[in-house]
Order: sequence, then structure tokens, then C-alpha cells
Amino acid sequence: MRRRLPLVLGAVGAVALAVVGVRAFLGLPGAGEVPHPYAARAVAAAYAHTTPNAVVSVTLDQRGFDTLGEEFVLLAAAIGTVLLLRRLAEEAHEDRPHDYGPEDVFEAVRLVGALLLPAALLVGGYVVLHGHLSPGGGFQGGTVLASGLYLAYLAADYRTLERLGPPGVLDTAEGVGALGYAAVGFAGLIGGSAYLANDLPHGVWNSLLSAGTVPVLNVAIGLEVGAAFVLVVAKFLEQALLVPREDGDDGGDRDATAGEGEH
Amino acid sequence: MADVLPWLLYAGAGWIFLAGLYGLVTSRHLVHTVVCLSVTQSATYLLLLAVGWTRGGTAPIFADIGRHRRVVDPVVQAMTLTDVVVGAAMTALLLALSVQVAKRRGCVDPRLLRSLEQESEEERGRPAPGRSG
Repeated sequence: MRRRLPLVLGAVGAVALAVVGVRAFLGLPGAGEVPHPYAARAVAAAYAHTTPNAVVSVTLDQRGFDTLGEEFVLLAAAIGTVLLLRRLAEEAHEDRPHDYGPEDVFEAVRLVGALLLPAALLVGGYVVLHGHLSPGGGFQGGTVLASGLYLAYLAADYRTLERLGPPGVLDTAEGVGALGYAAVGFAGLIGGSAYLANDLPHGVWNSLLSAGTVPVLNVAIGLEVGAAFVLVVAKFLEQALLVPREDGDDGGDRDATAGEGEH
Repeated sequence: MADVLPWLLYAGAGWIFLAGLYGLVTSRHLVHTVVCLSVTQSATYLLLLAVGWTRGGTAPIFADIGRHRRVVDPVVQAMTLTDVVVGAAMTALLLALSVQVAKRRGCVDPRLLRSLEQESEEERGRPAPGRSG
């Protein structure tokens, strides 16, 4: 019965979903032709603040307050992941040999990784800084920056990754990024208007220093997203590499681990 | 015939959602469960982009196109971006929880996992080493 329960519940849910879903889909407007009133207004607002990338204008200017919440969702998830995957004292196992990563990587992989590392960092920085002009922005560029640091892991090993992005520096970058976004919002308040209002000079259309607060917010987000991704993936790598696996003995040893874990 | 594409987009979103849902229901491994949840969520990306799609529209980035070119809806594209970011954050958190479940219980099959209370009652009956302090 217990094995069947998910299937039964799933079947009931599927029938309910089919009824509601088909009705909802039939009520949808036919895509492609209908006028998009919000799109027209969003494009006009993007033009008013000299932001050629209308998507980024919506994300960071028109809906800037929502993105503040989104950024703190990311921050909370990163903190939660780091907290859940922290190495406990009993897992350190200093007496056991550790594997710090692939020591026996092909030379070609090392070479490509070393060559791509600066390129990835450059592209990441470019995508962050040009977010208001071309497709990209802080979220996209931040992940490119983070993947650049993982090339260092591929090219070398975990220790190199730790040296390139020490956890203390990354924690700080993450916090500074999140705080920076909120601080830009308060700057709007101090300037005498609304929270996160785009009150900086809007500059010349299609130039790097334009669109007011949007590039500043992009840099803050890029910092936070890049740091968050490196931290989170580093924690998963640490689990895979540093914590020795206890294969095969799910009897007494597991109970011992579970018991120790409660302290 | 010309109007098949929008419904194909909606149907594709529904199909991806159902495929992910089937995986969730029949999952036997927590990592598989998390990936299925990501698949289910990715249906919302397609749905949002289908809602914002405009026939003949281009990307809503006006750096190199005129003010009055027809573009797709930037509002739903921004929502999709939010969706992707929250999805990535959620996946990381759920995978971290899966790692903890695997370490604490030695079991990653969602059907075999019991509630916390049951497990601790089971353990209370046994003299577990390392709990004396």
C-alpha cells in the first residue's frame, strides 16, 4: 500500500490537473497576435530611462523591488545550502587520506582550462557590465564568472579553487552584493524619491555609462550571483571530495554516524 | 494551419509539466526527484515565453533596432529570468537536503523514507554507540 500511495495520489492529482488545466489552456489567448499592453508600456519606460535592453529595464528598474526579493531568495538558498553542507567535526576524518580532486587530469584539459579561465572571467565581466545594452546582466554574467572559477578546478584541483576564491572572500562578496542592491534602493530614498527609484543621470543612449542605477544594480547582482554559485558548488565538491564515502556498511556504522550526528 | 504554432507552444509546456510530474510520482531516488521537479518547473518557462511571444517579433533589445520594431513581450521574459534564478536556488537547496538525507539515513528512495519521529523512536530502542555524552 505504501508503495502504491504515491501512484494513487499522483493519479488523483493528474485527473484534477487535467480538468483544471484543459479549462485554463482553452481560456488562454492565442499567442502571437494579441496586443501586449504591458509590453508597449514597458518598452516606453525603458526608452524613458535610456535602457536599450527592455528585459533588464523591467527586471532592475520597473520591477526593481521584486528583484530585491528574488535576490534575497537566492541569498537565503545559498546560505541554507552552505549551512546544510558544512563539514561537521566528526566528518573531518583527519586521519583518513583525502582526495583533493583529479590529480591525474590530462595535460590538454589543464591547458584548455588555464587558457579559458581568463577568457571566461573577461566574458563574465563584459556580460555583467553591458547588461543594460545587450542580452545579459548580473544574473547571467555572475554564472559565467562562477563557471570561470570552476575551470580552475578542472585545470588544477580543489586547493587551487580554494586559493582563487577563498570562502571568506566569497562570503564577503556575496554579502556585499546583496547589501549593495539594497543600498542603491536607499540611495533613492536619500535622494528624495522612492525606494529603488532610478534617479541617477540616465546618460547617452547606448553608452556604457547610461540607464542610471541599472548598471550599478547589475554589478551588485553579478557579484552576489557569482559568489553564491562558487560557494554552493564548492560545498557540493567538498562533500564529494573531502568527506570519505562509507560504502557498503549500512548496518552498525550508519547507526554510529547517525548517533554522532545528533550532537 | 497558421494558428497551430501557439497551441503547440502551450501543448509543449503542458507536456513537459506532465513528464516532470510523472517522474516525481514514480521517483526512486532523491536526486532524480529534484531533477524531475526542475523539469516540471521548466514547463513554466515555455508557458511564459509562449504568452509573451509575438508573431514576427524580435528580442526586446533596442540597441541595434528601431523604436517601432515589433518585439516579444519583455515583461514575461523578465519573469522567466526570475523563474530560472529561483529554480536554480531551489534545486541547490533541495540537493543539499538530499545529501543530508543520504548521510543521516543511508537511504535516498523517497518511498522508503519515514518521518523523523518514527526513525528516532526506532533508534531509541537500540544502544547506539557514541551517544553516551
